[in-house]
Amino acid sequence: MMSAEPLLSLKNIKITFGGVRALKGVSFEVNPGEVHCLAGENGCGKSTLIKIITGVYKPEDGAEFSFDGQPITAMTPSMAQSLGIQVIWQDLALFGEMTVAENIGFQYAVSGKYGLVDKRAMEKAAEKALARLGVSLDLHLPLKELPIAQRQIVAIARALVGEARLVFMDEPTASLTQSETDYLIEIVRNLSASGVAVVFVSHRLAEVLEISDRMTVLRDGALVGVFPVEGMTQSRVTELMTGRNFDSAVIAADHDDQPVVLSVKNLSRANEFDNISFDLRRGETLGVTGLLGAGRTELALTLFGMRRPHSGEIVLDGETVHFGSNREAIRAGVAYLSEDRLSLGLNQPQSIADNLVMASLDRILSSGLISPPKKENVVAHWISALGVKIGKPEDPIRTLSGGNQQRVAIAKWLAIGPKILILDAPTVGVDVGARAGIFEIVRKLAAEGLSIILISDEPPEVYFNADRIIHMAEGRIKATYDPRQMSLTDLEGKVYA
Amino acid sequence: MRRLMLGHTTEFTLFAVMIVLCVALSFATDRFFTISNAFDVLNVSAVNIIFAVGLLVVLISGGIDISFAVAASVVQYVTALAIAYLGGGNWAEGFIIAGAVGIGLGLINAALVYKLQIISIVATISTFNIFFGLLMFFTKGVSIYDLPEWLTTRVVFYEREMSDGSWLELTLPVVVMILCCVATWFMMSRTTIGRQLYAFGDNPEGARRFGINIGAMHYISFGWLGLMAGIGGLMQAHYAEEVVPNALYGRELDVLAATVLGGARLGGGKGSVIGCVLGVLMVSITQNGLNLMGVSPFAFKMIVGAIILIAITLSSARIDKLLPFFAKGKIEKGQAQKREAH
Amino acid sequence: MSSLIQKFNKTFGADMAGPVIAFVVVMVIFGLGADNFLSLGTFGSVAFQLPELGLLTLAMLLPLLTGGINLSVTFTANLSGLAAASVLQAFGGVDASGGAFVIAVAAAVATGAAAGLMTGAAIAYTRAHPILVTLSMMIFLRGLGEFLTRGGDVSGFPSYMEPIGHGSIFGLPIPLLIFIACVGVWQVLLTRSKLGFGLLMIGSNVEAGQYSGLNTRRIIMLVYTLSGVMCAIAGIIMLARFNSVRIGHGESYLLITVLAAFLGGINPFGGFGRVLPVFVALVVLQLLSSGLNLMGANQHLATALWGVLMIVVMAARTIVSSYFASRRKKI
Repeated sequence: MMSAEPLLSLKNIKITFGGVRALKGVSFEVNPGEVHCLAGENGCGKSTLIKIITGVYKPEDGAEFSFDGQPITAMTPSMAQSLGIQVIWQDLALFGEMTVAENIGFQYAVSGKYGLVDKRAMEKAAEKALARLGVSLDLHLPLKELPIAQRQIVAIARALVGEARLVFMDEPTASLTQSETDYLIEIVRNLSASGVAVVFVSHRLAEVLEISDRMTVLRDGALVGVFPVEGMTQSRVTELMTGRNFDSAVIAADHDDQPVVLSVKNLSRANEFDNISFDLRRGETLGVTGLLGAGRTELALTLFGMRRPHSGEIVLDGETVHFGSNREAIRAGVAYLSEDRLSLGLNQPQSIADNLVMASLDRILSSGLISPPKKENVVAHWISALGVKIGKPEDPIRTLSGGNQQRVAIAKWLAIGPKILILDAPTVGVDVGARAGIFEIVRKLAAEGLSIILISDEPPEVYFNADRIIHMAEGRIKATYDPRQMSLTDLEGKVYA
Repeated sequence: MRRLMLGHTTEFTLFAVMIVLCVALSFATDRFFTISNAFDVLNVSAVNIIFAVGLLVVLISGGIDISFAVAASVVQYVTALAIAYLGGGNWAEGFIIAGAVGIGLGLINAALVYKLQIISIVATISTFNIFFGLLMFFTKGVSIYDLPEWLTTRVVFYEREMSDGSWLELTLPVVVMILCCVATWFMMSRTTIGRQLYAFGDNPEGARRFGINIGAMHYISFGWLGLMAGIGGLMQAHYAEEVVPNALYGRELDVLAATVLGGARLGGGKGSVIGCVLGVLMVSITQNGLNLMGVSPFAFKMIVGAIILIAITLSSARIDKLLPFFAKGKIEKGQAQKREAH
Repeated sequence: MSSLIQKFNKTFGADMAGPVIAFVVVMVIFGLGADNFLSLGTFGSVAFQLPELGLLTLAMLLPLLTGGINLSVTFTANLSGLAAASVLQAFGGVDASGGAFVIAVAAAVATGAAAGLMTGAAIAYTRAHPILVTLSMMIFLRGLGEFLTRGGDVSGFPSYMEPIGHGSIFGLPIPLLIFIACVGVWQVLLTRSKLGFGLLMIGSNVEAGQYSGLNTRRIIMLVYTLSGVMCAIAGIIMLARFNSVRIGHGESYLLITVLAAFLGGINPFGGFGRVLPVFVALVVLQLLSSGLNLMGANQHLATALWGVLMIVVMAARTIVSSYFASRRKKI
């Protein structure tokens, strides 16, 4: 498959934004038909590089750029299209109300003879693209009726209509379940076999290692290196991406002498989770892992009172509780950090201070009204307690980095004085380097006696930070593990089995 | 069929409700179920339907326009003055002037939204005040009754006396209305421009990445509504046989309600000409039926308002949302965006 | 210059800039252009005209801040006025006692609150777009009002009602005092109450509010109920000023209230905005129309200029923010 001549070759790519060197002389090569991984932390320059390749940005002088052996002096978006360079954006950029055929053959809606849409040609092209992927979809169904995995396929098919030779996939598996991801990986393999080169941008290292031939790692706008994927481990990739070696040790300890804070008995919700039972003791961190779709978030939302269990019991401090809403759960001392920080966890346009006090308004009232000095005190206290780096408390929270946002989100819940803190995927969208800081906080809170449920689809996170691990699959507890009695490889083997 | 239903749920529901309504009214009154009454309803609704299909285009492309009804008043006045200046004029000149003035006013809105980046509701509330304020200022609220004969004479394309003595008439406003509907339908579903408008309203960012000309989308959608407002204004002047500067004041919200009732979505990407027509007709049929049943005219608006309120509320409500206990929230929602861009 | 801007922003908030600049411009232009603009007469006419539009704008404000809108404000005000009028009529019209007045006010407030609660419940429980719900509510209330009044006036109220519309205390018009009191209540509500905090939060993200334990449905219902109550107060003032109730009184204020709110820096998408800039914006609008009046133009020209003013302010905001954005990039 590999030929001597690379399909795409970039050398000495530099670009500066507002005085900051975003790319410091990066080179990047993709061979025809290979699956190549582009890895690096947030802000390392991955998307800038893609935008240079697709002609959205111009690199500074001195750059060498060639495609298919032909040197390119000034790339433009339309030239990239005609050369067969396609990008499948993370948000897919599809049209929900339009049909599958229209989405795949959208270029027929952009240009047509006499300004008319050639529906037949559009449908034919769509059919051909789907056939090439070995998929059949109802062409006339509105896109919004399709599950997310099939939308992904529509986005890929759309790239193929443009006679793609090089496809960039930006975080394509972020919202897919394991079986959907497997399916996507299969499709990527088909593409690669038919001679289309695929550049995979993903933070899910397990997938990257499974699918790619080679990987290019960027760090702070500079090239770390190009590595063959064979023989690469996740921890080695993390080290390459962050430039640091995270020495981790298992911290698990027994809490049998501590009182049980939460006891879940045979909890079930139809089609979501089934017969879940566990105890959580004071100061204990319970890890919950499993693949997307295992029912973890649904379970957490039920404990948080946002959904009602269909059967089973939740016992908090010895008393059976029936939460009518999450307000009752919050009052009872249950806090839930959402996995979706951007749209559910935090109110992005609003200020840091307002986000921080949002759940604990009752604590800053004086004679029924919000007391500005009390609010200021609470905000100042938590900002310093959790070491959040901010400008002013009045700044919108979206101006903070992912790690600092997550610290504010945790502070919001600590401000209610919780007994139980449920952390759902607390490191999503947080740089690898900043994750350690989040877990440091988690460990400190547990040491102070807070009971924590840590949900993560990345086995190392629970392995190194939890006292016990529950493995969920298809809505059930498959097994409970003690990290002290197994290796990380064992755990990963069981989760990805 | 299932595919058709999935894509056009609102239209089918509306159609079904309308049939039920018509059957009920047919039993309740003798006069309702006659062809001449059907043509009456069409005649009465023609101007609103013309406005509605214009508004539809703006709604589909993700905007909103509050100013079109007063813009139509401006068009009426300017056209009446222009044809007087031209020494009488004729239908061709009338359409050209009305259309051109309408488009011009629409393009003002488009420029405010696109060039000055003012969101469409704010921009068009402003132009609503500007158009109406200036119109009333310059006309001093005086109506024009002295219109040329060609404009006020009824143009009947087809007429027939029915056996019951009533007249069946196919008049100019209805024919123009049908032409406007067909033209709008053709543009929106057969041309590349129409599909781009849908795409732009559905997912502006996605459309932008595809290289769709965003400025053109604004100018075309507001320009089209301007054209429809101009034509609708001319038809209203023809129908009413006079030009009253504040006759169309307030019409914008009625038309908006009917258009949305017909399945157009605020926020863009969704809506159809047929739904739009059904939405306007639904309101007219209700009024017509109430009238024939001898209900006091003062109660019309109340009942129509109640029906729209219930229809809009029910069509937005999903049963599972009304019963939170069984609610299955959208857990996947937002996950596509949750990982921050790398 | 830029430090001056920063100082201004710090003291008054950035949203105050538009209304204040407009205020200064209007004062200067009319102060130079019209001889007797800077006089008590102007103050008097502004002071008496401000409250009606102002109260309706306050009624519009809370829904706008939640990312919604209330298009039924004017007819809610009419209907509340009608409720008060019918109570007064039932107790003898011109001869109605003071007790009847209390009942009438209660009836008006209850009517406004009920209309608002219905709207709020429809929005909170069905998640229908507020434009649609309140638009159909508007059509319904207008119809109901016309049905009840048969399109006519209701008039003949006790004489002690007159000061509410025309009276003064220490030279300050009573309607203005009522309006300022309401501004004060809204100011406290928005800056210090849990409801105010919650409604701003859900204005920019309902779901995030819900996940943080805000009772979003209750907040929405309260917001529209309070909006209805404010309409009722406006309705009573209008009743006293016109000495009659007619469905359609103040109809033209509807879109002006939205305009005034946006002029006052309310974020059109919700979540951000304060009462005081809106108050200044309202004063500017009234000064503009009073000034034009003095120069011999009528209200319609003022209406048109209100629209122009709005576009100028919005365009200036766009230009200024893109200027700062481009400067930030360069640094």
